[in-house]
Amino acid sequence: MEINFTHHQSAHCENGVVSNLMKHHGFQVSEPMVFGIGSGLLFCYIPFLKVNHAPAITYRAMPGKIFNRFAKRVGVQFKREKFKNYKAAKARLDTNLKKDNPVGLQVGVYHLTYFPDEYRFHFNAHNLVVYGKQDHTYLISDPVMETVTTLTEKELEKVRFAKGAFAPKGHMYYPIAFPKELKLEKAIVKGIKKTCSDMLAPVPFVGVRGIKKIAGLIRKWPKKKGTKVTNHYLGQIVRMQEEIGTGGGGFRYIYAAFLQEAGKLLGNEKLLELSAEMTKIGDLWRDFAVDASRIYRNRTTKVAIDVYDDVATQLEHIAEKEKAFFKKLKKAV
Amino acid sequence: MKKSDVPQDESNLEKADLRELCYAVDENGEYVTQHTTGWDPKTIALNNAIDAIKERVENARAKVLAKETSPIEYYMELNKMDLSVLASYVGMWKWRVKRHFKPSVFKKLSRRTLQKYADTFDITIDQLQNIES
Repeated sequence: MEINFTHHQSAHCENGVVSNLMKHHGFQVSEPMVFGIGSGLLFCYIPFLKVNHAPAITYRAMPGKIFNRFAKRVGVQFKREKFKNYKAAKARLDTNLKKDNPVGLQVGVYHLTYFPDEYRFHFNAHNLVVYGKQDHTYLISDPVMETVTTLTEKELEKVRFAKGAFAPKGHMYYPIAFPKELKLEKAIVKGIKKTCSDMLAPVPFVGVRGIKKIAGLIRKWPKKKGTKVTNHYLGQIVRMQEEIGTGGGGFRYIYAAFLQEAGKLLGNEKLLELSAEMTKIGDLWRDFAVDASRIYRNRTTKVAIDVYDDVATQLEHIAEKEKAFFKKLKKAV
Repeated sequence: MKKSDVPQDESNLEKADLRELCYAVDENGEYVTQHTTGWDPKTIALNNAIDAIKERVENARAKVLAKETSPIEYYMELNKMDLSVLASYVGMWKWRVKRHFKPSVFKKLSRRTLQKYADTFDITIDQLQNIES
């Protein structure tokens, strides 16, 4: 069976699945809107945790958060289920498909056969939609892919029950109740306020302070860890910022797109101006990535210490800009 | 970023016939989405990360051949895992998995335990015991 489901490609999987499911049920909500209302923008350095043998840094809210906040703020009810074993998980999925109900699934990336090898890491918070089944093959709409794709029963079992951090445990979700009319205005203001307070949080590893913290570490690493390790770390920072799903500039461009859409919807000129300012901040992040890549281009060769200071200074400059930005944004709504 | 500035560099994505979405502004300052085939700064970062993994795999392989560690560590690196990911796949404590890295302990493992590792790595027990095959 195949459900009449329209696939729209998006930059990020979580926004994309929510946006696609909403559109399927007749509510036109764009990807940036989901991201903004769900307060997706963030900067956070998680000390002590290593990802791919490098410090863990994220430019977005924890997996699942964007989705939860969006649903709560616009008043859409989602049914979510997790499973102990694959049989039950598969049975529930099949019943939903029979009822013409496309569902969102949380999956692990490592066993996703349609991803290029280079992109298959043990990351368990990817999202996709299943919109049908033909014989023993599931029809998949993965929002980061250009077109729809498929997975066999066996393959889907593997990705739904991937292990490690954020193990999906067969996690499945779909909307069950909608408000009569989608009122976005209040939700937008709530979303913006939360992002401002996150980014300006008085916590040393979060938001603007987190960016400064990383800048400080970039100054220290070459002396403490050597240039090879530092280059590996820098490469990881840029990957977190630019790899599939951020829409460029560590989600800053998606956020600027959200501010533009929100400004028009609320008739708020200030938000339009701030959208343009966020675009410029996104450009600064891109410049940082370009300069960092000049350093790690050669993985092992000796690099002069002062080039690290240069990129650190760039980050500190970005931190100052974002601090001023979010203070203005807080006052604008 | 302007729509016309969205980079179209060569990348590993391109080979797989994949393009991702970028958000950028058009000539009127309106936000639109634009496909990108890749961008050098991140392609270099990804390639470096892959080289680093290859290096880890080679190191582990050399250690296995020198009898300093068991093939489990080699296959763990080959599958881009770390100790905690592997431990949760085989359903054992991390210290137990780490203990199985010792060649002397590995030799005495039961078939059942070996099978668990083999299933996780999607190989046969024979391949697990002998990394050359």
